[in-house]
Amino acid sequence: MMRIAAPELEIAVLVLGMVILMVETFATKIDKRILAFAAIAGLAIVLLATFFVVPSPSQDQATGFWSFYTADRLSIFFKQFALVTTIFVLIMMTDYAPVLRDSFPGSTPQSGLGEFFALPIFTCVGLMYLVSAVDFVFIFVSLELVAISFYVLVSFTRRNPITLEAGIKYLVLSALSTAFLVYGIAWIFGVTGQTNLHRIADALANPATNHSAALLGMVLVLVALGFKIAAVPFQIWVPDVYQGAPTPVTAYLSVGSKAAGFVVLLRVLQPFLVLPETQRLVVVIAVLTLIYGNLAALPQANMKRLLAYSSIAHAGYLLIGVVCFDVRAVSFYLVAYLLMTLLSFAVLILVAQQAGEEISDFDGLARRSPFLAFAMLIGMVSLAGVPFTAGFLGKFFIFYAAVLQRQLALVIVGVLTVGCGFYYYLKVIRAMYWQPVDKIDKIPVSGLSRLAISALIIGTIWLGIYPQPILDALKR
Amino acid sequence: MVLFVIFCPIIAAILIMVGAPARKTALAAAVLTFVAALFLLTTFRDGEHAFQHVTSFSISPDWRLSFTTGVDGLSLIMVLLASIVTVAAVWFASAIERYENAFYACLLLISGGAIGAFASIDLFFFYAFHELALIPTFLLIGIWGSGNRVAAAWKITIYLAIGSFILLLGLILLYQSVPVDSRSFDIRALQAAAGLGQISADAQRHIYLLLLISFGILVSLFPFHTWAPEAYASAPAPAAMLHAGVLKKFGLYGFLRLAIPLLPEGARHWTTLLVVLLLGNIIYVGLVTIAQKRLDWMLGYSSVMHMGYIFLGIASAGILGVTGAAVLMFAHGLSIALLFAIAGELRKRTGTLVFDELGGLARVMPFAGLAFGFGVFAAIGLPGFANFAGEIMIFFGAFKNGWVIHRFHLFQIATALALWGVVISTVYMLRAYRKTFMGTTGEQWKQLVDLRASLRVPVTLLVGALLCYGFFPQSFVRMVAPKFRAYLSANRTDLSDTKRCSHGAVRRPLAVADEGNAPQGRGYNTCQIANR
Repeated sequence: MMRIAAPELEIAVLVLGMVILMVETFATKIDKRILAFAAIAGLAIVLLATFFVVPSPSQDQATGFWSFYTADRLSIFFKQFALVTTIFVLIMMTDYAPVLRDSFPGSTPQSGLGEFFALPIFTCVGLMYLVSAVDFVFIFVSLELVAISFYVLVSFTRRNPITLEAGIKYLVLSALSTAFLVYGIAWIFGVTGQTNLHRIADALANPATNHSAALLGMVLVLVALGFKIAAVPFQIWVPDVYQGAPTPVTAYLSVGSKAAGFVVLLRVLQPFLVLPETQRLVVVIAVLTLIYGNLAALPQANMKRLLAYSSIAHAGYLLIGVVCFDVRAVSFYLVAYLLMTLLSFAVLILVAQQAGEEISDFDGLARRSPFLAFAMLIGMVSLAGVPFTAGFLGKFFIFYAAVLQRQLALVIVGVLTVGCGFYYYLKVIRAMYWQPVDKIDKIPVSGLSRLAISALIIGTIWLGIYPQPILDALKR
Repeated sequence: MVLFVIFCPIIAAILIMVGAPARKTALAAAVLTFVAALFLLTTFRDGEHAFQHVTSFSISPDWRLSFTTGVDGLSLIMVLLASIVTVAAVWFASAIERYENAFYACLLLISGGAIGAFASIDLFFFYAFHELALIPTFLLIGIWGSGNRVAAAWKITIYLAIGSFILLLGLILLYQSVPVDSRSFDIRALQAAAGLGQISADAQRHIYLLLLISFGILVSLFPFHTWAPEAYASAPAPAAMLHAGVLKKFGLYGFLRLAIPLLPEGARHWTTLLVVLLLGNIIYVGLVTIAQKRLDWMLGYSSVMHMGYIFLGIASAGILGVTGAAVLMFAHGLSIALLFAIAGELRKRTGTLVFDELGGLARVMPFAGLAFGFGVFAAIGLPGFANFAGEIMIFFGAFKNGWVIHRFHLFQIATALALWGVVISTVYMLRAYRKTFMGTTGEQWKQLVDLRASLRVPVTLLVGALLCYGFFPQSFVRMVAPKFRAYLSANRTDLSDTKRCSHGAVRRPLAVADEGNAPQGRGYNTCQIANR
C-alpha cells in the first residue's frame, strides 16, 4: 500500500495554492471560476490521500521536526476536517462571486476573484499545521499563518464600510490576542524552560516548578485561544466581524478557525491539567459563554449576527466538553457543528443575494424555494439539538461527559440555554414556513451548490442516526 | 411488523412532502397503521411479560446503543391508542386552507414519533422519537392554530424542549448509574441490573427526581402545567387530539416503564411530593376548570386535571393502581380525542367556543351532541366506559395502599380528596354540555348542519373502543398485568431479603404474583401489618 507521511499533505496543499496564484497571474484571460474548481479538485485529492496516512505512534521521545509536529489520529482527523471545510467554503465562494464583483467598481468583472479563491488554500495549510502542532513555537507560527490570511479575507470587499470596520476590528483584536499568546508563551518558557508541550507536562509534574507563574502563562495563552474560539469575555469582535465579512469567510471563520482553536486548546491545556485551577477557570468561561451567547442571540434580527451569537453559544457547549476533557465528544461536536453551520451559511449566501440578510428576508422561503427552506430547517433543528440530527448527538455526548463528571453547574446552565436555543433557531423556521410573503420569485440554485447542500443535509441526518464512523475514526 | 407500524406514518409523511396526494396518502397510512396494530394485538400472546416481536439493529457498539423495537402489553395498548387516534385525527382534518401537504405530514410525524417512542426498547430511541414529534407540534400550532397561536406555540416548544432535555439528563444518569460493563440503553438490560440491585438508592433518588420534573413537564403535572391549556386551545383540532390523546401519554408511559421497575427506592422517597403535586392537579386545576368560559380552554384544563388520577395510580405502585393507570391512560386518550374532535367541528361551524354564545346545539346537530355526550360521560367516569374501569382500579389500589385500621395514611387522605375530583369533573363537564348543546337554540345557529356521514366513522371508532374496553376491561388487564407483576415482584425481592424490622418484628413480604388482581400495597407499613 502507498505510504504517505503526514507533512507531505501540507506541502501538497501549499504547492496547490502557489500554482493557483501563478496561473491567476499569468493566465489573465480565463474564467476565474475555473481556479476555484481546480482548487476544489486539488483539495479533494489531498483529502483522499489523508486516508492513507498511517498515524505516528507515541510522541514522548520525538526529536527534530517531530518534536514540533505530531501526526496522531486526532491531528489527521482534523486535517481532514480542515480540508472538508475549505472545500465547502470554496463552493460557497463560487456562489458569492457575483457579490464580490459589485464591490470592485470600475474594474473588470473578474478582478479580485483569483486571490479570493487562492487565500483559503493558505488558510487551510495553516489550519492543517495548527492541528499538528505540539510546540508553542510551531503553534504560534501556524496561528499567524491562519490569522494573516484571514486579515485579508475578512476585509476583502473593502469598498463596503461595514466590511472595512470588520477588517479593522479583526486585525486589531487578533493582533492583541497574538501579543497575549506570545507573552504567555514567554512566561511558560521562563518557568519550565521548554516550549514542547510534552516536556512542559514533565516540568509541571515536578513539584519544584513555580506553579503560579506557569498558571499566569497559561491564563495569558487562554486569552489568546479564547479569542480564536469566541469564548466570553473575548467574544466582543464576533458579531461585528461575522456580520461585516463576506459570508463565505464568515462561515470559514466560524468553522475552521474555531475547530483549530479547540484542538490547540485541548493540546495546550493537557499539561496544565495537573493544576486544579485550570479546570475551574474553564468552567467559569464555559458558563459565561453559554449564558451570554444564548441570551444575546434571542433578540437578533440579522441572520449573520444570529449565527455569530449561536457560534458563541456553541463554543460554550464545546467548552463543557473541554472541561471534562472528553476529546471524542468535542471532536464529534465539532463535526456536527461543521455540517450544520456550513449548511446554514450555504443557504444564507443564496438567499442573501436575492433578498437580504435579515431574518425577515427569509419570510415565506418555503414558497420561494422549498429545497433551500428544507435545508435551512435541517440546519436549524440540528443547531437547536433535535434528535436524529448530528447536533443532538453532539449535545448528547457533551452532556454525557458532564454528567459523568458531575459538573452540576454546567449541566443546569446547559439545559436552560438549550431552551433559549430552541427559541431563536425556531424563529428562523417560523419566518420560512408561516410568515406571509409579498413576492414569490424563485431563488436559483446552481448544480454544484445543490450538490453541496444535499451532501450537508444527508451528512447531518446520517450522523444523527449512525454516529459510529466518526467515533471509530477518533479511536486511539 | 412493529417496524412497519412505526415507519408507515413516517414514510407516508415523507411521501406527502415529496408530492403524493396529501389526504388520501395520510388516511391510507393511518388506516394501514391501525390494521397493523390490530394484527399485533391479535398475534400478541397474553400472560407473558417479555417483549414480543423484537427486532434489533446495532447503532454504536461503543455505547451499546442499538435500535431495538418490540412490544409488551403496556406498549402495545399505547401503540393501539396512537393508531386509533391517528385515524380519527387524520379523518377529522378536512379542508386545510394552506400548506395542506405539510399539515398532513406533521400529523403523521407526530403519530410516527409517538408510536416509535412507545415501541422502542432502547431508551435512546424512546427519547429521540418523542422529541421528533415535538417540532411538528410546534409547526401545527404556529401555522394552523387559532387565537393566540404564536405565543402558545413558543410556550409549548420551550417548555417541552427544556423538559425533554432534563429527561435526557435523567436517562444519562440512569445509564451511568449501573457498573461500566453492564451499561446499556436497553430497558431489559437495565431491568436486569436493577434486579441485581446495581442501581444504588442514592442514584435512584436523584434520577427519580429528574424524571419527576421532566415527565411532570411533559405530562403537565401541577406546577408545570401552564403550557397545556393554552396550547390545546389554540391548536387545530387534530393536533390537540394527537397531543392530548397520545403524545402526552409518553411521560406517563415513561413513568410506568422506568420509575416503577428501575427506581423503587426513588419512588418511595418522593412519594409524598408526588401525591401533593397530583392533588394539585385534581383539586386546584379541577377548580380552575370549573371557572373556564370557553369550551376549548375547559377541555385543555380538564385534560390536565385527569392526569392527576393517572399519577395517583402510578404513585400507589401496587399492581391494581398501576394497572388502573394504564387503563385510564388508554381511555383518557380516546375520550379527550373525541371531545377535541367535536369541539373542533363546532368551532369550524360556529366560529366561537364561548359558552355564553352557544346553546341548544343538540337540536340542530343531534349526532354531534350524542358523540359529545359520550365523550363527556366517559370523561366523568360513568360505568360502561373504559375510564370508569381505570378510575375505580386506581382508587381501590391507592386506598388499599399502606392501609392501617386505626388511622388514615397519606394514600387514604389522597384518595378521599381525589374522589372529590370526580364531583368536580361532573360539575364542569355537565355544565359544558348543558351550555353548549342544551337550552334554547340561538337564532344564528338554526342553519348549522350536523356532522357529515363520513365523519361518523372516526367518532364510532373512538366511542366503540371506549365502550368495548369499558365492558371488557379484563382483556386489557390480562395484557398489562403480567408486566407489572414482574416489575413489582422484582422490587419486592430485595425487601424480603431482610426479614426483620428494626424493632424485631418479623416482616412478611406481601406476595404479589399469586393473587392475580388482588390489591397490594407497596409495603409502607408491612411491619405493622405483620405485627398484628
